[in-house]
Amino acid sequence: MDMPDTVTAAEASHSEALDGDYDDAVGYYTPGEPLVDTKAPDGPVADRWQTRKFEARLVNPANRRKLSIIIVGTGLAGASAAATLGEAGYNVKTFCYQDSPRRAHSIAAQGGINAAKNYKEDGDSVHRLFYDTVKGGDYRSRESNVYRLAEVSANIIDQCVAQGVPFAREYGGLLDNRSFGGVQVSRTFYARGQTGQQLLIGAYQALERQISAGTVSMFTRHEMLELIVADGKARGIIARDMVTGEVQTHLADVVVLASGGYGNVFYLSTNAMGSNVTAAWRAHRKGAYMANPCYTQIHPTCIPVSGSHQSKLTLMSESLRNDGRIWVPKSQADCEKDPRDIPEEDRDYYLERIYPSFGNLVPRDIASRAAKNVCDEGRGVGPEVDGVRRGVYLDFAEAIERLGRDAVESKYGNLFDMYARITGEDPYSVPMRIYPAVHYVMGGLWVDYDLQSTIPGLFVTGEANFSDHGANRLGASALMQGLADGYFVLPHTIRDYLADGPFEAIADDHPAVVEAHESVHQRIEHFLTVNGTRSVDSYHRELGNIMWEYCGMERTEDGLRKAIDLIRGLRDDFYRNVKVLGASESLNQSLEKAGRVADFIELGELMCIDALNRRESCGGHFRAESQTEDGEALRHDEEYAYVAAWEWGGDDSAPVLHKEDLVYTAIEMKQRSYK
Amino acid sequence: MNLTLKIWRQPDATTAGAMHTYELADVSPDMSFLEMLDVLNEQLNEQGEEPIAFDSDCREGICGMCGLMINGDAHGPEVTTTCQLHMRSFVDGETITVEPWRSDAFPVLKDLVVDRGAFDRIIQQGGYISVNTGSAPEAHSVPVPKDDADRAFNVATCIGCGACVAACPNGSASLFMGAKVTHLGLLPQGQPERDERVVNMVAQHDHEGFGGCTNIGECTAACPKEIPLDVISQLNKDLRTAIKHGH
Repeated sequence: MDMPDTVTAAEASHSEALDGDYDDAVGYYTPGEPLVDTKAPDGPVADRWQTRKFEARLVNPANRRKLSIIIVGTGLAGASAAATLGEAGYNVKTFCYQDSPRRAHSIAAQGGINAAKNYKEDGDSVHRLFYDTVKGGDYRSRESNVYRLAEVSANIIDQCVAQGVPFAREYGGLLDNRSFGGVQVSRTFYARGQTGQQLLIGAYQALERQISAGTVSMFTRHEMLELIVADGKARGIIARDMVTGEVQTHLADVVVLASGGYGNVFYLSTNAMGSNVTAAWRAHRKGAYMANPCYTQIHPTCIPVSGSHQSKLTLMSESLRNDGRIWVPKSQADCEKDPRDIPEEDRDYYLERIYPSFGNLVPRDIASRAAKNVCDEGRGVGPEVDGVRRGVYLDFAEAIERLGRDAVESKYGNLFDMYARITGEDPYSVPMRIYPAVHYVMGGLWVDYDLQSTIPGLFVTGEANFSDHGANRLGASALMQGLADGYFVLPHTIRDYLADGPFEAIADDHPAVVEAHESVHQRIEHFLTVNGTRSVDSYHRELGNIMWEYCGMERTEDGLRKAIDLIRGLRDDFYRNVKVLGASESLNQSLEKAGRVADFIELGELMCIDALNRRESCGGHFRAESQTEDGEALRHDEEYAYVAAWEWGGDDSAPVLHKEDLVYTAIEMKQRSYK
Repeated sequence: MNLTLKIWRQPDATTAGAMHTYELADVSPDMSFLEMLDVLNEQLNEQGEEPIAFDSDCREGICGMCGLMINGDAHGPEVTTTCQLHMRSFVDGETITVEPWRSDAFPVLKDLVVDRGAFDRIIQQGGYISVNTGSAPEAHSVPVPKDDADRAFNVATCIGCGACVAACPNGSASLFMGAKVTHLGLLPQGQPERDERVVNMVAQHDHEGFGGCTNIGECTAACPKEIPLDVISQLNKDLRTAIKHGH
């Protein structure tokens, strides 16, 4: 790859960008050509998906078995796609790093799945779900994609019910719905607090059925470590068998990444321990653009960190904020006291004070940021970790008095039990402690309307792509998107690409295969021979601290610049000083983690550059330089209504920024206000 | 708190393993059991000894990836997954033994990691409803009585961790299988394949080397999701019915 010319930070410190707009990230990137999604048809938004489905070429059933598809990841987006494409008769190979496809982290989603069924006759419609999703994403998502998502949502429920997903039902035997995430209609389908589990088991069973039928081959405990791009097309992957250590080449006509999100770049998140960016990042390095990487969602109601040993964070349903009251002591001196001994007048119910009309029910990002602010002021509660108390009280005393303990128990009993199990405290008598945690990433690999990345033949689905949630995701929409992509979108769009196949067979000694194989071997060899002094986890934790502090809920220009310097230093040290024991030819969890952390470090730097470029507060993100006089988030549609799609610039060069302008024809952009 | 840990170490599937003893100091009661092992692994890495391999992923009790025999109990002393077990369930100075799942059908791959592929293969033999994408009727066209839907959900919460097998003196996977057969058998959508499902799943179960059920009940006692023992009665009943129908 040619090294692009870059403006150095010294040359352009604090200056006007090349196009004249104010741009803090000048010097950290190279401006590239604008990017346009060429696949979404023109015309009214409501007709586009029907048009595209008709125009996408068909593949004769007899030809399908000659076409091969690799799918990486078996969560909702991957398992549903594998099952559906297997049923259609394609040859599918599916990969997951866990011991079974049923473990994928979609399984942990609690709340529910949205669908525009309008079963409650409360004014819901495809258009309203579309509208709510675009608005929830703070007008930073692509309208064609979001409309399609709303359009296919109802089919998902039909499919899942037919598979035997045991959704909650009413006494008449019909499906129950609830209102979720602050919307005014009841369109969320749920299976108690385990909706993700039940949907994933449905998709998993459909996948296992195809494995049994021989249309899908499943590779568990296999991790994709490189993408093979031959003659301009994605043609396969290099995967490591995590039990034997064997580095294998898998070739196909097309590759689908359904490898999930990268929230673990923050080290602590609600993601699973193994969730990682490696599949997506290796594809990025091979030419797939990464879009809006700084868009992360931070969830306000997680169980706080209890010590430096903390390995992950656990989410509690946001419904707790319906009845719990959030507060911290007014005075720092009270922070160590038993909260029950702090009198009412010494408590600061800060959300109720700052946002009197929404109070404790302000949106996720506002609640999260306010919690961080009071803790940074030194008024946090709970154990001191690394010198700071990171927790605020979520108090049910008033709710228990008003509703009675039984009513609170029947509403929140399972959450209270979970809290008690993890913290060892009884939330019925002592206020809960909560703190925000990284939960989901809206950013991901750039895809067009067909879900195809900038590498021909590489498709990306689910959380791994960027397309549908803009700068913030609505509750109960992640499950919807994963299944929409896998069951109903990808199977239609991928056929247009496969209609040109099967492509010319690639030999194992094709230069692209040899290069990919070699680079994987070299990386493994490097990690095993550095023989430094620090563990992989210690680097991961340090990266997480940098990201949380400077690229978390509130970002500043200075902070982001500092973070980029810190991450570059960390990267150098990591490659020189990491300590990975054991061998490659066996199960080696430190080695697996080393590869993932190496990629997280590079991603972290790009996230900071992206955040630096976006000098506006939008969705879940607050740029301190972009706020109203009374401290509210301020979006700048004139300057920033674009998707930032980043092209890998090379190991020693800056990334290239391609902007895709967001155009709304069916919806009008509005600023939000919660005061 | 300070602990003595006796942990099974085995380099790979074919090499014999043995218990190793480790001392670990300053364990916080707020750590989860797996975080305690993380800390031990950091210590081992520091000392130049390869860290202990063990499985975990979500660490919130839902993915089913983790699972250890702790002092002889599947998932340890509480009714929960290993990842949700905390060190406050142990006392200062205690000696804790940690082993992989005990079952011939779950061979050890390394240290505390086992191969549970047999569970997937049982599901492949009928643990699903055959409905291709796009062919589903409108969701409200088939009402399901609330009691049936609720019970189907309760048994569908099985996380496939394998604790039932590890706890069973016979190494039977009847609870796992019974949960799936009951879940799908309670729903109208599951009826057309009901007979075939149970016959094929049981055949695969036996083929994998799992033992038979003798109603001891260790499985349900160890189950972190508290799947009730009577799913095994349902399994047996469905099997008898299928045989009566000529399967």
